[in-house]
This record gives sequence, C-alpha cells and structure tokens, in this order.
Amino acid sequence: MELMLEKRWLRETYVDLLLEYAKKDDRIVILEADLSKAAGTPRFTEKFPERTVNVGIAESNMVGVAAGMSAMGKLPFTHTFTPFATRRCCDQVTLSVAYAGLNVKLMGSDPGVTAELNGGTHMSMEDVSIMRNIPGMVIYEPTDSAELRQIFPQILEHDGPVYIRLLRRNAVKVFTEGQKFRLGEGVLLKEGTDVTVFSSGIMTAEAIKAAEILEETGIRAELVHIHTIKPLDQQLVIASVEKTGAAVTAENHSVIGGLGSAVAEVLGENCPAPLQRVGVKDHFGEVGATRYLMEKYGLTAEEIVKAARKAIERKK
Amino acid sequence: MTEKEERILKERAMEIRKLTIQMIGELGVGHIGGALSLCEVLSVLYFHAMRIRPEDAEWEDRDRFVLSKGHGGPALYAALAMKGFLPMEELHTLNRPGTHLPSHCDRKLTNGVDMSTGSLGQGFSAAVGMAVAAQIDCRDLYIYTIVGDGESQEGQIWEAAMLAGSRRLDGLIAFTDYNKMQLDGYIEDVNGLEPLDKKWEAFGWHVQSVDGHDVKQIAYAIDNAKKIKGKPSMILLNTKKGKGADFCENLVASHNMTIAPETWQQAVEALEKEGL
Repeated sequence: MELMLEKRWLRETYVDLLLEYAKKDDRIVILEADLSKAAGTPRFTEKFPERTVNVGIAESNMVGVAAGMSAMGKLPFTHTFTPFATRRCCDQVTLSVAYAGLNVKLMGSDPGVTAELNGGTHMSMEDVSIMRNIPGMVIYEPTDSAELRQIFPQILEHDGPVYIRLLRRNAVKVFTEGQKFRLGEGVLLKEGTDVTVFSSGIMTAEAIKAAEILEETGIRAELVHIHTIKPLDQQLVIASVEKTGAAVTAENHSVIGGLGSAVAEVLGENCPAPLQRVGVKDHFGEVGATRYLMEKYGLTAEEIVKAARKAIERKK
Repeated sequence: MTEKEERILKERAMEIRKLTIQMIGELGVGHIGGALSLCEVLSVLYFHAMRIRPEDAEWEDRDRFVLSKGHGGPALYAALAMKGFLPMEELHTLNRPGTHLPSHCDRKLTNGVDMSTGSLGQGFSAAVGMAVAAQIDCRDLYIYTIVGDGESQEGQIWEAAMLAGSRRLDGLIAFTDYNKMQLDGYIEDVNGLEPLDKKWEAFGWHVQSVDGHDVKQIAYAIDNAKKIKGKPSMILLNTKKGKGADFCENLVASHNMTIAPETWQQAVEALEKEGL
C-alpha cells in the first residue's frame, strides 16, 4: 500500500465541517483564545461573525465561557493548541464542563511532535493522559480527512464533552472517502495472526508500513486503528489479542496514560498478553520537524517492528 | 420600594439566615460565615429581582443566577426552598449521604441551581458565558452572579471581567460579597483587593457600592444597574462575614467551623427574639 500525504491540511476539513454543520445547526458557536489563525477558523468567523467569541489569550476563561454558553443551549467548540486545551485549563475542563454535565467540544491542534518548531513548551505528550482521567470525556484523534468527515456529525450528536486531538497539517491518507466509522469503535485495518498493533493518529501510517516489513519476514501482524481513545473499543482489543496473543501500541504521545496505558489496562484485566508500547518515553518535547522528532523519540515503523518482534518473542 | 415590600424582603432575609444557621448547625460543621453574609442579596434576588418560575425551573427565558462562591450553597438552598424550588424538609439533608444539597452548588443535583461551582473563579466565567449567549441571541433576560472577595484573587475572575467589559455585557449584573475576610485571615493582610471599585471600573464595568445587609439599597442598585446600557454592572456588597449569628459574626474563623447544637439553637432563638 502506497501512503500519500493529503493535498489539504486536516484543519481545512475540520473547518469545512464546522461551516457545513453550523449552517444547519444554529446552536454551534466557536470560541478562540487568539489562535484562530492556527486553527483555520477565520473562515468560520467570516461567515458567522456573531457566532465567534474570541476571548483573547485566556484559555481557562474560554472554557468557562463555553460552559456558560452550553448552559444557555449553545453548542460551543473551543480552539487552542493541545497543551493549552488540556493541562492549562485542566480544572476548568474537569469542573465547569464535565462535572457540570455541559456539552462543550474542545479542539486541540498540533498534538505531540507535530507542534514542531513551537518546541517543548507547546508539545503535549500528556494531553490524552490528562483527558482520560476526566469522567465522561470522549477523546477522538482523527487520522485523515475521510475519517474526520464520518466522525464529525457523531461528535455533534454526542451529548457531552469531546476532546478533538487534531493534526493541523497534511495527514497521510489512510482511508477511502465514504468508508464508515463509528465514534468509540476501533477499525480493523488488516487481519493477522501473530501480533496486534494498536495505533492512533499519525502512528497509524507507521503501523501500516511496519506490517509490510513484518510480512516480509513471515510475521502476520493484525492492525487495529484506534481513533477514539476514550471510550476504548474494549471488545475489539480483547478479541484481537485473544486471537494473536501479543500486542503493540503506537502513539504520538507519552507511553504513560495514553493509548498504551489504555490497552494495557484492558489486557491486564481481561486477557494478559505480552505488550510493547511505542511512544514517547517519559520525555518533554523539543523543537524540530515532525519526522526528525519521530525518529528521535522512536515513533517510527522500525520501532513498531522491533516492538512486535519482542512481543512475539515474549509469547514463548 | 414601599415600606411593606422592604419589610417583606427583610423578613425573607431573616428566614434565609435562620434556615442557613439551622442547616449547617444540624450538620455540626460548614461554611457558615460566607453563607450568612449573602442572606440579604439572596432575598432581594429571589423575592424581588429575578424572573423565575419555581413550577417550571427550566423555563428558557428565566433570569439565571450563578453563585460563583459555591461554598455559600446552604444560603442559596434556603432561598430556593422558600421560593418553592425544593421541599423545605430537604434542607435537613445538607451534606448527608446521597443528598441533593452538597456544600458547593451542583446544577445536576439541585433544582433551580444554574451552574456547578466550587473551584473559585470558574462560576464567574460561566456567568459571563451565559451573558455572551444571551447577547448573541438578543435575549431579554439578566444573568446574576455573586463572587467572593477572596475569590477575586483568582486570575480567572479578571480574565472574565475583561471579556465582559470588552463585550459590553449589560445583561450581566454581578455582586461581590465584600466581607473583607478569607480562610487564612483578613483580605488586606493576605492579598489586598483595594481599590476594588477602581479595578472593576478599569475593566469597563459600572460599579456601585452599597450596604450588603440593606435590602432597599441592594434593590435600588439592581434597578440602577438595569438602566446602564453598554456596560456590565458590579455591585460591591459591604457585608459582615457570619452576619447575624453571635457565635461567628465578623470572625475570620467562621469561614468553615464546627458548631455545637446549643450554639446554633441559641443563635436562632436570639434572631427570633430580636425580630427585624
């Protein structure tokens, strides 16, 4: 399978969807904290100036204001970078939104190493971990535009907070237009017998490459793409690992608290099996191009291959 | 306001005060000081200013109220019960297992509570958000909110204040319960707020300062606030922490204290004897 970059940035698809659904649903409003140009939302504001609230550089207030707007019947989408959407306003997201039972969609862009030249201060390796600990929070990380188009209306239908961990730039095209996806359901990309690779976000393309390398040496890897990290598709995780007997996780995030932890928890309680986690090993980020940082932190097909071999070895 | 109306609001405030002392007293512990400083403003809001329907608590066009200093919950519950949002007997369940009346306000649990609050600074942002939503839709309603003076040390208060001033949210009427004390001591000794009126004015607010235990002054200030166009309103309520209960009035220790049964009972009896 040849992997190609999409022509448009993923955020453009996101803004297309916001615009498309805002025309039909007048509850939709957007909130900005002086990063609208990064989120690509000026296009929305041009069309719906009265439905845009830019609070300035005050993320905690943005979340609180969004909660109040939700209490008045609006459907707010907040926008900022992943670290500011999560660790910066963790208490506001927890209490004003989730605890209060309000319906706010929280978009964070530039997850993990894709924060690139903004470097360590803007590079969230822990945002999924923070959000997983908030009761009722749904965490969705799109992989490409075809998937995002299918899932977006389900985010609107879901009556509760959703954290959208959005890659800003060009995604690797993995899915075909019109393919069906369900929020909360994992995607079986390729069947295999020897090991299951669970991947999310930009790591799904790496997992596809890894499976091809493994195939050349006779190892048949099963590929499961996890776009909804919470709630995790436990049934699929269990069914797949019961079949293959070993697991690898691959994520653009710390190995602590994200997809790797989520899968480990499910396996530990249901069907213990060798598990190797590919992700950032308890490190802060730093400046660099995405590819450079992926190699630096071991977020590559090669690392997935090594992890798969190790997990299979441990079966014996 | 007629003398009769004023007397009724004073009576309601007295009733809120007695019920609050009783609720917290029966439990033996609670945030009594900052609840008792709220009785007059709650009386004016619930029995004079706010357009609300106890029989239709979710009425879409109602005025909203956010008690951003969420630890004042018990006084609010007393007002809600008296107004008919809650059965009076429910007040005895404050903080008991499975209660709908927790220490800090919870919109999911308590009929008539518009926002969950408790982590200070957050309710005020939500109130501003409500006012933004009302402004977008040109809704004919008011958002009322009360912040604590200690709470005003939170940066989030000023983030929200700046936005409300900048967006000219004249549908927002806020109060500061300015009892001059916080858990660790006097506000001025911990981290002073003065000049508080100037601070709010600098953030684009219309500011009034009144005796927070005078229902007539509070009602008059609300009427004034409604006449101001293009600015949100802040009404500074000069209050006493623990107002009306001998055992805790003007005591820093009243923020959260244990109370013996005879102590609260004597306080309620004294209020009854004293009358208005």
